[in-house]
Amino acid sequence: MLAQVIFYALAALTVGSAMLVAFSRNIVYSTFALLGAFMGVVGIYILLAADFVAMVQLLVYVGGILVLTIFAVMLTAGIGDVTVSNRAVGTGPAIFTVGIAGLVMLYAIARTQWHQVAAVTPAPTTYAIGNAFLGEYVLPFEVASLVLLAALIGAIVISRHEARD
Amino acid sequence: MGGGITLNHFLVLSLIVFSLGLFTVLTRRNAIGILMGVELILNSANINYLAFAFYGGGKYDGQIFAIFVIMLAAAEAVIGLAVVLAIYQNFKTIDVDATETLRG
Repeated sequence: MLAQVIFYALAALTVGSAMLVAFSRNIVYSTFALLGAFMGVVGIYILLAADFVAMVQLLVYVGGILVLTIFAVMLTAGIGDVTVSNRAVGTGPAIFTVGIAGLVMLYAIARTQWHQVAAVTPAPTTYAIGNAFLGEYVLPFEVASLVLLAALIGAIVISRHEARD
Repeated sequence: MGGGITLNHFLVLSLIVFSLGLFTVLTRRNAIGILMGVELILNSANINYLAFAFYGGGKYDGQIFAIFVIMLAAAEAVIGLAVVLAIYQNFKTIDVDATETLRG
């Protein structure tokens, strides 16, 4: 019963914030609504016994990506204008596309018999995840560091001011 | 998990978040808004990964994939916002419809 209440509260926070992101006409409101969506997802992760992933989500998404997005919004002046942040595709075609995709996936979810094992009891996961990163998943882990280095250098190269001559 | 929360609850939540993200990507003309929609879609994928990991016997593979997705989302956000700022410096707008100078 308690888990149900917590789940629906977190789901309401996530979906409500995501709706504000999707439907708000002002991009600044959308950006701050993204905070609620990310925080709701953090709670959902904790509910799914993924404490380490929840903390990574908190640090990377809320602490990194969201702050970066807010910076980008603030650095592009005039972005609050409705003319800049209004619709690209009409709302009708967008609702049509999203509706079709959503109904197909809803049908797939309802029809599929998922293979389910008895739910696990929540336990600290950091130890096991650390072992997996430096054992079974060591190659993707190292490649990930290369990807991050490339992204770092790429961002610097793209966004610096060129000396135009 | 007790209280009658099943795997389908999480899948439907993830589906709703995905749909809202897709709607954001489709309807925004603002490049930063499009990136926000992509973040929502990636979050919905992560909810799926963790839900399947939780209800699939408590292996850690799903959580590790979720961490990789978060890492790639960070790289994507950095590059995307750098591109947006570079576009803004050149065109003084980030309206994606106004920047199609390559159109023949």
